[in-house]
Amino acid sequence: MAMQTKSGQSGAGDATKHWWTLRLTAVALVPLAVWFVASLVALAGADYPTMIAWVSNPFVTVLLLSMLVSLFYHLRLGLQEIVEDYVHARRAKIVLSVALTFGCFLLAMATIAAVLKIAIGS
Amino acid sequence: MSMDENNRPLSPHLQIYRWQLHMVMSILHRATGVALGLGTIFLTWWLMALAAGPSAYETFTTVASSMVGQIILFGFSYGLFYHLLNGIRHLYWDAGQGFEPATVRLTGQLIMVISFAATVGTWLAAYYLLGTL
Repeated sequence: MAMQTKSGQSGAGDATKHWWTLRLTAVALVPLAVWFVASLVALAGADYPTMIAWVSNPFVTVLLLSMLVSLFYHLRLGLQEIVEDYVHARRAKIVLSVALTFGCFLLAMATIAAVLKIAIGS
Repeated sequence: MSMDENNRPLSPHLQIYRWQLHMVMSILHRATGVALGLGTIFLTWWLMALAAGPSAYETFTTVASSMVGQIILFGFSYGLFYHLLNGIRHLYWDAGQGFEPATVRLTGQLIMVISFAATVGTWLAAYYLLGTL
């Protein structure tokens, strides 16, 4: 069997970057999440054209995209941490890590594409 | 991997300890994180439906404004407020602050109260603006 590290985790240096990026995205998400919830409250019951107009506002588009990038990056790092804490079988850990990375990436792309389509198409 | 490695004694785990606020809050931070992660599927549906057109969006709003939809959204909003506030507490800890037992207890209790109050306040505001309150 090939040599492997004791913990089966990735190489040195990654942990610091992981730790820092999780905090960096958290700091970004504090104002963005508050803005998002406040906007949704203000938009309660809004009809379709109003929602489209809201997303296509350039400021809203930029803030939405910033929130989505931070959110899905933060989500991937947070879920990764849980997998590393609780899943000890090396193969399962790798399979889960890859699956959740792909999942977060797909959702990020879907939401970003949707926002851009609305912003550019209207 | 040898068998011995799997049978090594474990340090005391959750069921050994008396339940305490900071323990519940730590677990709740991860639980709300995972719940919000699942919530992003709902967020994705919302934006995709909006991009797809009025009829797709109507399907979304029908589900979101139903009783079950509103309860799920209420849950997500609580998870968001809790994770947000406790996340700020974590950042404060990361800066090396607020570790005195009395401070930890106080900030913990404050977050439990404020996260719930903010959730209820948000929904009251939304329903008030909708004119249904």
